[in-house]
Amino acid sequence: MSYFLLFFSAAIVNNFVLSYFLGICPFVGVSKKVSSAVSMGMAVTFVMLITAVVTWLIYHLLLVPFEVEILEYVSFILVIASLVQLVEMFIRKVSKPLYDTLGIYLPLITTNCAILGLALFSVLRDYGFIESVVFGLGAGAGFTLALVIMAGIREELELAPVPKYFQGAGITMIVAGALALAFMGFAGMI
Amino acid sequence: MSKTVPLKTEFIKGLWKENPVIASLLGLCPTLAVTNAAMNGLAMGLATTFVLVMSSLMISALRKVIPHQVRIAGFIVIIATFVTVADRFLAAFFPEISATLGPYIPLIVVNCLILGRQEAFSSRNGIGRSLVDSFGMGLGFIFVLVALGSVREVLGSGSIFGITVMGDWFNPWMIMILPPGAFLTLGLMIALANWYNDWRATS
Repeated sequence: MSYFLLFFSAAIVNNFVLSYFLGICPFVGVSKKVSSAVSMGMAVTFVMLITAVVTWLIYHLLLVPFEVEILEYVSFILVIASLVQLVEMFIRKVSKPLYDTLGIYLPLITTNCAILGLALFSVLRDYGFIESVVFGLGAGAGFTLALVIMAGIREELELAPVPKYFQGAGITMIVAGALALAFMGFAGMI
Repeated sequence: MSKTVPLKTEFIKGLWKENPVIASLLGLCPTLAVTNAAMNGLAMGLATTFVLVMSSLMISALRKVIPHQVRIAGFIVIIATFVTVADRFLAAFFPEISATLGPYIPLIVVNCLILGRQEAFSSRNGIGRSLVDSFGMGLGFIFVLVALGSVREVLGSGSIFGITVMGDWFNPWMIMILPPGAFLTLGLMIALANWYNDWRATS
């Protein structure tokens, strides 16, 4: 039950994008079309899952036993960067259609703060192995959800008469604010 | 590169015309996350500027040594090192700020503003020029963070830098210090900047 709560909390109540402001760059950059938003969300969820597993192992099996926790940031970001590269190579070899859908989004994921944020939060909250994995899945689902909703709204926005000075980034922020407001309704549920 | 651009222009551009947040939408995560009070915005801005300036210094000095193929990884390691320094420094001397900002200090590593400047500027220009550029960008970033933090703090808690400025009659708008307030304020600020640029251009 508590795993379910953890998943639900990461995906909805404490949504990574709308309440922690993690992964805002792709949230603004790749949310113009629903189809690309879904692909990006899948790619991020996939990398998050692997990151959760690998960074947990590195932190608890390497950094803690050797007492070099100070290398946390350097090692995490290096691991994430090389993981993304590996995942990209792997997908290209294994499945061409999947690579065509996710391919261009993978390199962008390295600098997605949601990934590093996930690793840092797992350490900060002292999650166990399975908890980290569930947390990663939940965060990925939440990211996908926010991205897809945003893309849906922005597809509609193209036809809406947006005031001149709000066009582009301005209205995107206002819409994100309204979305965050809606998600606040879930606060206090857990 | 364009050696003809005077240093002053290189410095000024980061403040407004190519402001990292308002004009290029870089580094949005910390911008939105920590600006529920002016002080947090200032601390975050200073920490980011420190990392930006030090990394620019290091990377512009090493730009001919770092192999082109692995430059991104090299940049990230350098940035992460300075972030660790900033994080330890804050934890040692300003434990309260460090606790408030929490994981957002380590997240400076993936601030696209920093990596963006290294890739676009420091890896192609000399030390002096890169320093000027990164200082300008850092100041522009601090400016936006403090402005955003001040607006949100005044409306959300009735104070600025912790000093109460609103009278008893004022009923704080809780929403401003919560996540939605961050998005709404930044959206309005961007619209205001667009309007100002337009007004300047026409008059």
